[in-house]
Amino acid sequence: MTELAGLRHVRYVLADNPVTAGAFALFGFFVLLALFGPWLAPFDPLATSPDKVLQPPSAAHWFGTDQLGRDILSRVIVATGLDFGMALAAVLLSFGLGCALGACAGYYGGWIDRSVSRLADTIMAFPLFVLAMAIVAALGNSVENIIYATAIINLPFYIRVARSEVNVRRNAGFVEAARLSGNTEARILAFHLFPNILPPVMVQISLNMGWAILNAAGLSFIGLGVRPPQPEWGIMVAEGASYMISGEWWVSFFPGMVLMLAVFCFNLLGDGLRDMIDPRRRT
Amino acid sequence: MLRLIGRRLLAAIPNVIGIVIVTFILTRALPGDPAAFYAGPAATQEAVEQVRAKLGLDQPLWAQFVDYVGDLAQGDLGLSVSTGQQVLDEILRRLPASLELTLLALLVACAVALPLGIVAATRPGSWIDHACRLITTLGVSLPIFFTGLLLAYLFYYLLGIAPPPVGRLDSMFAPPPHLTGFYLVDSLAAGDVALFIAAGKQMILPVLTLAIFVLAPIARMTRAGMLGVLSSDFIRTARASGLSSSTVLYRYAFRNAMLPVVTTMGMVFSFMLGSNVVIEKVFAWPGIGSFAVDALVQSDYAPVQGFVLVMALLFVAINLMIDILYTVIDPRVSIDD
Amino acid sequence: MDTRVPLLSVESLGVEFRTRGGIVHALEDISFSVGKGETVGIVGESGSGQSVLFYAVLGILDAAGRITGGRAVFGGLDLVRASAPELEEIRGREAAMIFQNPRVALNPIRKVGHQIEDVLARHTSTPSADLRRRAIEALASVRIPDPERRYHAYPFELSGGLCQRIMIAIALACTPSLLVADEPTTGLDVTTQAAVMDLIGELARQRNMATVLITHDLGLAAEHCDRIVVMHAGHVVETAPTAELFAHPRHPYTARLIATTPHAGSDLRSLAAIPGYLPDLRRSDLPACRFSERCERAEPACGERPLARLDAGGVHSVACRSPL
Repeated sequence: MTELAGLRHVRYVLADNPVTAGAFALFGFFVLLALFGPWLAPFDPLATSPDKVLQPPSAAHWFGTDQLGRDILSRVIVATGLDFGMALAAVLLSFGLGCALGACAGYYGGWIDRSVSRLADTIMAFPLFVLAMAIVAALGNSVENIIYATAIINLPFYIRVARSEVNVRRNAGFVEAARLSGNTEARILAFHLFPNILPPVMVQISLNMGWAILNAAGLSFIGLGVRPPQPEWGIMVAEGASYMISGEWWVSFFPGMVLMLAVFCFNLLGDGLRDMIDPRRRT
Repeated sequence: MLRLIGRRLLAAIPNVIGIVIVTFILTRALPGDPAAFYAGPAATQEAVEQVRAKLGLDQPLWAQFVDYVGDLAQGDLGLSVSTGQQVLDEILRRLPASLELTLLALLVACAVALPLGIVAATRPGSWIDHACRLITTLGVSLPIFFTGLLLAYLFYYLLGIAPPPVGRLDSMFAPPPHLTGFYLVDSLAAGDVALFIAAGKQMILPVLTLAIFVLAPIARMTRAGMLGVLSSDFIRTARASGLSSSTVLYRYAFRNAMLPVVTTMGMVFSFMLGSNVVIEKVFAWPGIGSFAVDALVQSDYAPVQGFVLVMALLFVAINLMIDILYTVIDPRVSIDD
Repeated sequence: MDTRVPLLSVESLGVEFRTRGGIVHALEDISFSVGKGETVGIVGESGSGQSVLFYAVLGILDAAGRITGGRAVFGGLDLVRASAPELEEIRGREAAMIFQNPRVALNPIRKVGHQIEDVLARHTSTPSADLRRRAIEALASVRIPDPERRYHAYPFELSGGLCQRIMIAIALACTPSLLVADEPTTGLDVTTQAAVMDLIGELARQRNMATVLITHDLGLAAEHCDRIVVMHAGHVVETAPTAELFAHPRHPYTARLIATTPHAGSDLRSLAAIPGYLPDLRRSDLPACRFSERCERAEPACGERPLARLDAGGVHSVACRSPL
């Protein structure tokens, strides 16, 4: 597919699929918040004001204020950067490591394949959120460790996709041709096989981003990783939890809704990408 | 059949070994010095060394591993510092609470998701198909802790239908005599209907929260499976021989469509067991998840490690059962393996 | 013209499919008949709509397909207007159909014996105690060796030839008066193909059952059929008794088909190919004669409606403005 035809295909699919187009727009909006959050927030997300504790949404505070009188809207906006950053870092880590391991396993086979597959199986033998919890508990309670834990539990998916995509192609005609024309094995792997695994992996990345955000927020919710007063969606929901059943719904509601919207957006994008890459696999 | 189960059991052994190794590594990767931690903040250097020797932490790593495996074999998961109880006892005492929640949620989710997926697949493009797509995408996007809170707000605070989210039973009731540990079962066994209703009421919100979450992947796979099967050649044969549409749909299509659904049940359980932790925290549910979270907050690591190990072994057992279920449904597996 | 009332009489049947790419005009103005006990071949390149034709007649079109008009009278009942339950009653009892690639055309996770029983239980009043015996009889009637043991087999344990016999057993379990065999030998190896065709032929003769053989292989049709209906791109282009068709093909497409069919003594080098491809049936500007764009005898008038139909003497008819 040429560049132009590819673009035209994307435009065709988007025009045919307004939901995906909407998800793209929402994604753009979130990226804007993530990058420029601190400048867009109307208030200082950390500034407490004892005289404005637990105020419901109003013209001044659209999302209300929390138990310390902080502006929830500002905190939700500023949290975007941290939540997206954690998820993106985790997904990129597992993408890089997982694809490298999986591609090697699929290409070289033998003991490399066996040990990489064993690693993936062992990770998958745990309920994944529980494993992430254990990793953060063991490595220490910090944002970096949340990222590592999230990256590790996503690893098997990338390993498997990369391994199978490389495995089916390792003796394909174009690979033989590259081998005959004097390319080294590593070069073939990097420049001839690797590009082929990108389309299915892109779908995986998009679906995983949503899941990684959920995971990181879930860990924060149970008190791991991010510490107060740092604004983060999961921890904000946790802080508002006890107010929810006494009627101050807005403390948890807005961060929770935005979190849900972000994950929803990534899941829609993932589905849309899958349609674009392979219309037959629509489910 | 028995040989097949035996082979599956053998295949699960490497996973169990992997789990034990990983939990051991996680134990040793604790931040700081576990000996200093267990000895307490006021301990002298000498006391720390004593604790170290007592815990076997002065031994080489392999010897520590042998000790660890030996302890596990005896069911010794260590002591909880905060409660002073054996971790294993505590976990076994709390496990039924978690299982009751999980199994009931799975039941509810299947009861909704399977018909939804089937109807969506038989009427592609209809409103119910679109609804199914929306629900499945929304469902996997829900932060489960948030859905739980939202339901509690809606049904407890606003509508006043549900009881407050404070565990398995209202404080007015005493738990039923222990039989299975499942309150719903035990209260019925004791013939106490009021208790059954009370326990059931407490379960509604957490079960609903968990069910909404796992409904999505099950409905999605059912729909995809049914769509795939309904367009296959053998369904055309069945229709061409005049079998009634219900026979075609259930005896022919549904059983085949269940194969991919059963395969993904492993993933579904992975989600459920993980979500349990969060749900239990939201609804103050006295299961093993909340036990682990409470311990985690107090930097009490033995319960956390024990919890992870038990969850992983439980998950292996579930996957084993899923495998066996699959071989029961699909005659081809026993040969291809 | 045959004066007996035909078993199946299709008149002006049309079918279209709604797809993302537009409406596919799959079948247009299809007319033909099948007499009692007769064997009729429906011949054409794959994609000419032969299978869809019988899906429509038997009411098993998929949801995207729609009958746009016409009649299909079978045993006095117009199947186009019949209700879904009426069609279900007829399928498998009065008219049955078997398919290509038999190994995937049977339920993979149900014992073949049970699959036969399902049909017997549906259409006959066989008491459930006798179902098993009748299923084994059905297996034996299609000459499956060791039917008691095969009763318990799953399709994946059987060869393609055996699976096709099972499918025939399912189709014939209720002794229908019409069997539609849709490329029954595709996906089988050559010796099995002959055995399956002989079996179908023999069972049809025994039971005085009419058979429709859908195939792209004119040679196969010539060997087994009394009469041949040639289809091209959703049109019936020529209908004639087999010998007549081969001796005097009138439609240029039929002539081409015959020329491309290898037969004893034919020189491989003399085999002709049919130029061009089947037209895209989603087009809104399809010419009246859908072959005209591939036809060397085409003249401008060929594109104009209505499609010309000539009675070429007796039971021979052809849809062409300038037949051979």
